[in-house]
Amino acid sequence: MASPSPGTVAIPLGPEDYRIARLAAAAIGLALVDAVIPSPLPGVKPGLANIVTLVVLVRYGWGAAAWVSGLRVVAGSLLLGQFLAPGFFLAAAGALASLLVLAPVARLPRRWFGPVTASVLAALAHIGGQLLLARLWLIPHDGLWVLLPVFSAAALFFGTINGLIAARLLAEADAGPTPPPSPEKS
Amino acid sequence: MARSTLAALSAATAYPWHRLVRPGDWLVLAGGAVLTAASAALFWQQGAAERAVVRQEGQVVAELALTVPRTLDVAGPLGTTVIAVEHGRARVMSDPGPRQLCVRQGWLARPGEMALCAPNRVSLTIAGGKGAYDTLAY
Repeated sequence: MASPSPGTVAIPLGPEDYRIARLAAAAIGLALVDAVIPSPLPGVKPGLANIVTLVVLVRYGWGAAAWVSGLRVVAGSLLLGQFLAPGFFLAAAGALASLLVLAPVARLPRRWFGPVTASVLAALAHIGGQLLLARLWLIPHDGLWVLLPVFSAAALFFGTINGLIAARLLAEADAGPTPPPSPEKS
Repeated sequence: MARSTLAALSAATAYPWHRLVRPGDWLVLAGGAVLTAASAALFWQQGAAERAVVRQEGQVVAELALTVPRTLDVAGPLGTTVIAVEHGRARVMSDPGPRQLCVRQGWLARPGEMALCAPNRVSLTIAGGKGAYDTLAY
């Protein structure tokens, strides 16, 4: 760590900042993987980065999940050259709708509702937010709703898979003795 | 390598997929499936094409049932537009217009679809069902 030179304002960073940065980096990486997977219809994507959001939501709460999600949308769009393009606003609307839904969902009893619930509801909210923005701004025509069943089915499918992956990761981490990947290996 | 595969296998048996889904999750999945089916029923209703409505100068000159194959000549300011009806579909066969847009549109089979021969002031619209769309153009 270089000591700040005179005239430099150093922002004190806590462990939580580093954690959010690390998790956001993981989410951005998955968002890039997502972007290269070919899709039959624009907008139908696995949304792998949401696995990170779900794990963060369960582990560190809604605030951290919102940070990771927001950073992923902004930084991911910068890396893909989409920043402030229509796709960016659609992604932001989807992420915002998902986070709004996840706030109450995070308070549901854990015993009955797991990551799959959070994932599916967030995925449905995501397409809802996106279609709403598209209807209001990009394609102001009711014909757009013809796509809703397709997007809804995709959200259900990928939402379930992502939720299962997140549940699996959380269950494995809870089970304990698996040591974290040792740094000397890499 | 072999060890990591073994570890992965034992992990897979330790966490079977169905164990990761909690009771409420099934409820949410069922609700999502119902929502998807309902949206499909709501937005994909189409109705059957029943009639071909032919207009000249905005006035209906003929309503042809799509069950009986036939052709119809419509007189306009430029000449005669020929409409053809087959089982479940209709098209503009020929038109005196310079760009032939309505002819090249081909067969129309969905309610709301329309071919417009503007120069000769003739239009052909498919009607029927609940009329999910006012008009469809490509």
